[in-house]
Amino acid sequence: MNEIFQYSWHWSFSGFMLALVMFLLLMLGKSFGLSSTLRTVCAAGGAGAKISFFDYDWKAQKWNLLFVLGAVIGGFIASNFMMGSEPISISSETISHLQAMGVDYQKSAEKGTAIVPVDLFSFEVLFSFKGFMLFVVGGFLVGFGARYAGGCTSGHAISGLSNFQIPSLISVIGFFIGGILMTHFILPFIFSF
Amino acid sequence: MRSLIYIFLGIFFGVIMTKSEVISWFRIQEMFLFQSFHMYGIIGVAVCLGVLQILLINKFNIKDFSKSPIVFVPKQKGIARYLIGGIIFGLGWAMTGACPGPMYTLLGHGLPVIAVVIMSALAGTLTYGAVRSKLPH
Repeated sequence: MNEIFQYSWHWSFSGFMLALVMFLLLMLGKSFGLSSTLRTVCAAGGAGAKISFFDYDWKAQKWNLLFVLGAVIGGFIASNFMMGSEPISISSETISHLQAMGVDYQKSAEKGTAIVPVDLFSFEVLFSFKGFMLFVVGGFLVGFGARYAGGCTSGHAISGLSNFQIPSLISVIGFFIGGILMTHFILPFIFSF
Repeated sequence: MRSLIYIFLGIFFGVIMTKSEVISWFRIQEMFLFQSFHMYGIIGVAVCLGVLQILLINKFNIKDFSKSPIVFVPKQKGIARYLIGGIIFGLGWAMTGACPGPMYTLLGHGLPVIAVVIMSALAGTLTYGAVRSKLPH
């Protein structure tokens, strides 16, 4: 049992566990999708008074807000009690690619678990051009794009593809066009500042 | 009681997000650089098992816990909204290294900057709602 907590999971076990969550939600009469909670928060905050897109029975989605509250708690529990001493190990090609852009993986690995680059995810960086692009613009695009496409990784790439939905396949192709453009061409430019 | 079930399932999800490493900005870069099978393996296994679940649910007419039939609502047809929206989402995903599930999980990891990312994602959602009638769908 201790091994499950101590070491990172094999991808096949992780995939199995994700499918299990999707199955349990189906059995509870719900569907697996995380980005719709952003819309629910807007609706719960009263955006429906001005914008009709948020004028709907958001209370029916309350379960999903509880689910993401759980995700926050789960993150807290996992980060405090389930992290082994080993940092996340990524491919050496990725390490050198990022190194060339000025992102230091080794430093993040020495300082802790290397979930995110330690010298990037800070408030100091947030108030620079790089940080503004990464966190403010990046976050905005995630929220805008997910609603425009009608779903994110969970709703389209996992639930939608599992149900052979062509719209989900188109969305996932879009995710990769955007992601490849960003990682290969735009991020190196942003990091050059 | 039912509320607790969703919170527990969410906790389970947050733990999975963490231990599977999909919350890692590094893993997302690696995925879009095609330098590891890790992320593709996770999504691939989840989708294969998802296909199997749906096949079995439909074939044996499996009911949910409250004995209601499980219905899968087909997504609206279209191309533009899925392609353009998907590209916009992908651009953001590669920048933040986090899609919505990981965002919530990372907040629990005590990364304060993620709160800014979530606020920005809410602003993006709000903006989409405001301008959606002017966008091709």
